[in-house]
Amino acid sequence: MTTALMTDIHSNREAFEACLAHAAEHGVDQFAFLGDFVGYGADPQWVLDTLIEHVSHGAIALLGNHDAAALGTLSGRLNSGAQQAIDWTREQLSAAHIEFLSQLPLTAEDGPCLYVHANGWDPGQFEYVFGTFEAGRSMSVARARITFCGHMHEPMLYHMGLTQRVEAFSPIPGSPIPLSAARRWLALPGSVGQPRDGNPAACYATFDELTNMLTFWRVPYDHEQAARKVLEAGLPPHLATLLLTGGS
Amino acid sequence: MNLSPLAAGQRIDGFELLQHLHRGGMASLWRVSRSDLAFAAVMKVPQIQDDPTVIVGFEVEQMIMPLLGGPHVPRFVAAGGFEAQPYIVMEYIEGPTLRPRLEEAPLPATEIAAIGAAVAEALHDLHQQHVIHLDVKPSNILFRPGGQVVLVDYGLARHDRLPDLLAEQFKLPLGTSPYISPEQVLHVRDDPRSDLFALGVVLYHLATGQRPFGAPTSIGGLRKRLYRAPTPPRAHNPDCPPWLQEIILHCLEIDPEQRYGSAAQVAFDLTQPSSMVLTERADRTARMPLAQQFQRWVRSVGIEPVQRNVTQQLQRAPIVLAAVDASQEWEALADALRTAARRVLQSEPHARLACLSVLKTNLIGLDTPTDESGRNRHVARLVQLQHWARPLALPPHRVTYHVLEAPDPAVAIIDYARTNRVDHIVIGSRGASGLRRYLGSVSTRVVAEAPCSVTVVKVPREETLSAA
Repeated sequence: MTTALMTDIHSNREAFEACLAHAAEHGVDQFAFLGDFVGYGADPQWVLDTLIEHVSHGAIALLGNHDAAALGTLSGRLNSGAQQAIDWTREQLSAAHIEFLSQLPLTAEDGPCLYVHANGWDPGQFEYVFGTFEAGRSMSVARARITFCGHMHEPMLYHMGLTQRVEAFSPIPGSPIPLSAARRWLALPGSVGQPRDGNPAACYATFDELTNMLTFWRVPYDHEQAARKVLEAGLPPHLATLLLTGGS
Repeated sequence: MNLSPLAAGQRIDGFELLQHLHRGGMASLWRVSRSDLAFAAVMKVPQIQDDPTVIVGFEVEQMIMPLLGGPHVPRFVAAGGFEAQPYIVMEYIEGPTLRPRLEEAPLPATEIAAIGAAVAEALHDLHQQHVIHLDVKPSNILFRPGGQVVLVDYGLARHDRLPDLLAEQFKLPLGTSPYISPEQVLHVRDDPRSDLFALGVVLYHLATGQRPFGAPTSIGGLRKRLYRAPTPPRAHNPDCPPWLQEIILHCLEIDPEQRYGSAAQVAFDLTQPSSMVLTERADRTARMPLAQQFQRWVRSVGIEPVQRNVTQQLQRAPIVLAAVDASQEWEALADALRTAARRVLQSEPHARLACLSVLKTNLIGLDTPTDESGRNRHVARLVQLQHWARPLALPPHRVTYHVLEAPDPAVAIIDYARTNRVDHIVIGSRGASGLRRYLGSVSTRVVAEAPCSVTVVKVPREETLSAA
């Protein structure tokens, strides 16, 4: 049983398609989508249609802050570029898309795993797991042994042993990591649709519950095409640049 | 965690406990069986379950063992979590360990070399799987019936693609005091050459009957090895040959940069001591003078360890084999082959070059050791090899020369590369004559069958223009 963890797709069809194809080649049979499906990118309709299809087959999908903004239910405000993208996105969405977004939960739990968009201590406030402090805060309150979070666009793995000390690990793509049952883990798969660690390749992760193996992946995709579409849609140009540079 | 003691006949997750084998400081071992297992197995159970070092060490072993394979590691079967009874089940290696051999030290040099080469081979295999053992010592070195070494106990090991659960977690240096490397004393846990240091301690003990740094019990005692080079083995045992002293002291260099670049390079020298170039290490008769030791100590105080993982270190220290063909057409290829070898060596400061030439012998009958003109063909070929390599201007310890006699050059080159864990072969190809097309050229067969990367060098053929 292998679950693909995909998050922060941000209306990027090219990246999402490439990750889905990669997952199909790597024996994935379940999906958990951790939110922020829209915003920034030029293909919200295709992305949401694809998600609706997967959810109808049992996939987990959660609400992100950009999704809440598209619904108009986000309490805070996004930065101006992100807000422009959300304003544009709203005009593209059908009633079915709005209906889908409005039914998304903030968290899901399954066996040893907690799925959440932002953090485990207060999922609805969308505070970030910037480092070991926030990761420890989240792991301490979670019932589940393993937490999967979106929201942060860089892949990272935090862990906490019996001494409560929290350590961070920068995962190496393609190398499976056994998640020891003797500690708590918090994994950030990184963003599918807008990576920000200087590498334009899309990020996602797979988790095999039988072997307890977590693998982070980087999937190259046609990011130039995705960036071109951002410009053609009249979205803020720096959103296209982010896709080309990987955010650096 | 409070667990009731285990007893024979008990079942844990389908394994039946048969016999209690051993109780160490950290763990106890049980022979276990399960109906579907085709080989003998043991269950390792942590002993002191409230000590965080033991628990984390056990977690480390549980994480690393399932990722390892090959003959030098016990086959992993299963692991049990910490929510119930923590355990690891793995292949039972009967042994013996290397430990009882210490009682017989000093051993003959040839035997030490054979043991050392077998351990180095196992270490290289482990390093190639991204793992540094970090607790190499005689009781963790076991022998299979054929003499192959199995390394056990991965509780302090470091996998360079996994989180290091032991890093910065504990204040004390992690290792076993007689064997721990200077950089481990400084909490560096990502240098594969730490294992070469420990191997050097083992070889030293086998060659002299003594430990080079004793068995200190304090941090101050451990730190002495940051500046204090050991007494040369030959001062303890004059029967220890200079080449063995050279190898041992090379492994025991304080600065990892001054040690062998890889375990394969150690095995290379241990199996072919006659091709080694000896340095002043081989001649040392006494420990370094105090003034020099003091200088080293001053330097050691401010040592800033370089961060480099096992993969990066292995990439820096490849063994490169240049297959030099001395037949008639060779002249034209020599320069091109040298240029290619130089390119491969240039970027890797710890690379070693093995220059190899094969003297073709008849399949049947004995070849006379000398040719018609009475010159020893073997020596002549060796001289040719040295002449070929001279323009590369490599320091003597980075280049060796080997002339093999074999009926089939391709087989000889491939065997040599496999035995010596060569990382890269550079070989010339003389293009395709009709006969060679029919028989298959040496380079073609090497490319097809070699266990490593092969660069085939050709001289650009001048196209002959037919006169109009």
